[in-house]
Amino acid sequence: MDQTIATHSPDFFSDHAISSKAAGRSLGNRVLTTICVGLAFLTLIPLFSIVFLVLKNGLPLLKWSVFTGLPPAAGTVGGGFGNAVIGTFVMVGIALAIATPLGILSAIFINEYAPFSRLSKTVRFVAKLLTGIPSIIAGVFAFAVVVLATGKFSAIAGGVALAVLILPTILLTSEQALLGVQRAYREASFGLGATPFQTIWRIVLPEAMPAMMTGIMLAVARAAGETAPVLFTALFSQYWAQSVWEPTASLAVLIYNFSTLPYDYQIQLAWTASLVLVCLVTVSNVVAQMVFQKK
Amino acid sequence: MNSPSPESSALDEYKSGPDIFRILCWVAAAATVATLAWIVYEIVKQASPAISEFGFGFITGKVWSANRDIFGVLPFLIGTVVSSVIAIVIALPLGLSVAIFLSEDFLPLPVRQVVRFVVELLAAIPSVVYGLWGIAVVIPLVQEYGAILAKNLGPSIPLFKGPAFGNSMLTASLVLALMILPTITAISRTALVAVPKTLREGAYALGATRWEAILGVIMPTAAPGIVAATILALGRAMGETMAIAMLIGNSSRLTWSLLSPSGTLAGLLANEFGEASGLQIASLMYAALLLVVLTLGVNIIGEAVLRRAQKNVAGAL
Repeated sequence: MDQTIATHSPDFFSDHAISSKAAGRSLGNRVLTTICVGLAFLTLIPLFSIVFLVLKNGLPLLKWSVFTGLPPAAGTVGGGFGNAVIGTFVMVGIALAIATPLGILSAIFINEYAPFSRLSKTVRFVAKLLTGIPSIIAGVFAFAVVVLATGKFSAIAGGVALAVLILPTILLTSEQALLGVQRAYREASFGLGATPFQTIWRIVLPEAMPAMMTGIMLAVARAAGETAPVLFTALFSQYWAQSVWEPTASLAVLIYNFSTLPYDYQIQLAWTASLVLVCLVTVSNVVAQMVFQKK
Repeated sequence: MNSPSPESSALDEYKSGPDIFRILCWVAAAATVATLAWIVYEIVKQASPAISEFGFGFITGKVWSANRDIFGVLPFLIGTVVSSVIAIVIALPLGLSVAIFLSEDFLPLPVRQVVRFVVELLAAIPSVVYGLWGIAVVIPLVQEYGAILAKNLGPSIPLFKGPAFGNSMLTASLVLALMILPTITAISRTALVAVPKTLREGAYALGATRWEAILGVIMPTAAPGIVAATILALGRAMGETMAIAMLIGNSSRLTWSLLSPSGTLAGLLANEFGEASGLQIASLMYAALLLVVLTLGVNIIGEAVLRRAQKNVAGAL
């Protein structure tokens, strides 16, 4: 009690009081800094652990043959995940074919044609909400509209699920890209007598293209790594795909399926697939960043 | 007809003229909006047999048995909320530390840029890879130390009641915490960086130490942004599927123990959809509907808080 009063009395300004209090505050400062930096570096440990294990367990099997082989049946050794690599690319491709035009055209509408209309405001809000929808819900949706309707699991169903997932990413990054184009360009174009279509097509879009590519690459990275949407829409397959209307393997589902099997070779293959997937995702991300930075 | 000058007609057309490309863009924008409505409609439609069969009892039902066609989702609902909340409790102090670390100049800029890049990388790693890593690293750890916890604390605290399993709520929550860390860090960092420099300078001028300034001035100012980060991370945690499905054990048994297998809504969907039929599909759709409502609700609140936070900071400038 005495001490708290002392801090408010003239005594507080005596040399002794100042130095001891200042020392305490300085110590507290240092302790908190240490804790903060310590915790920050603590969070890096799991990441290094993940990267280390993916490399350590994934590299031994990383040979050309895993890209040309088919997934081994339970308990057998040999083979690879060639059909899963192709399946992943095919489904990401289908997703891009659906989501890219839809996302970019929507972005053009809400940024170039009617930025303040009620529809545009709704589109922005819906895009935000779609970003927050769990990826598995995209799978549930595709299961309902494609799998139940056609009666079979297929690459198309997986692609539709992934398209729902990446649509908001492409839309929102495209909008940012269009926002980044200077207003003066549009005014100059109109001043020269160009129509809105000519302005958008020949002036605005080329200018926004690098930033849009960033969005598309980010979407590819996201779609390639997703498991939940394709898990029960594309299912899995042990064989090379003959068409897009049959169950299709993907790297992500292969990792999930093999991770819980009691066979060493399958688990090793899951790690190798993880290595390939992480590389794929990281490369897409880095390329996306580089394209953006060039702009 | 007295037509306006060519320049202004082009500008008028930019706003309202007939234009096929414009119509095409309008259709795309409308389709985007329709997608969300379609998702909700489709899930409700498919879930309707289960909704009419179980009604509200679906939410309070404790038994999930495909063999007997009895479906109650309470254990999974509780599992979803509990795993997300534990993950937040673990990830918030860590994520905030990283955010403060990144926004202060404790260490030179290159070091901070490396840390930032690494945390962003953490966000890019696919969920299944987290799951695989969890099986290899976290499950053995939890099994080993969980047994010690169960032995010493189990008898007195029901949360640590044995026997200790590797596939447990604790394992799933730990990995989930790691997965939402980048979300918390990124949004909190934005909020901290947005605090006007003058506030910090004012605190320093009054004699505050660095941490007195951080805890007394900067964090309170950034608080709405940090709250938004937490809510949005909660939304992400609730929807996270694969890693959880691989680690939590997927049990529908209700238990207090964090060391026992448990289940979440998303994990349930991942596990059962591939082989479901009949009423089970409808029930899974019902569960999906609950998950949509839960995550959409959390996200809408999070976005609202974030928007208000950004307005506040803009006002402070």
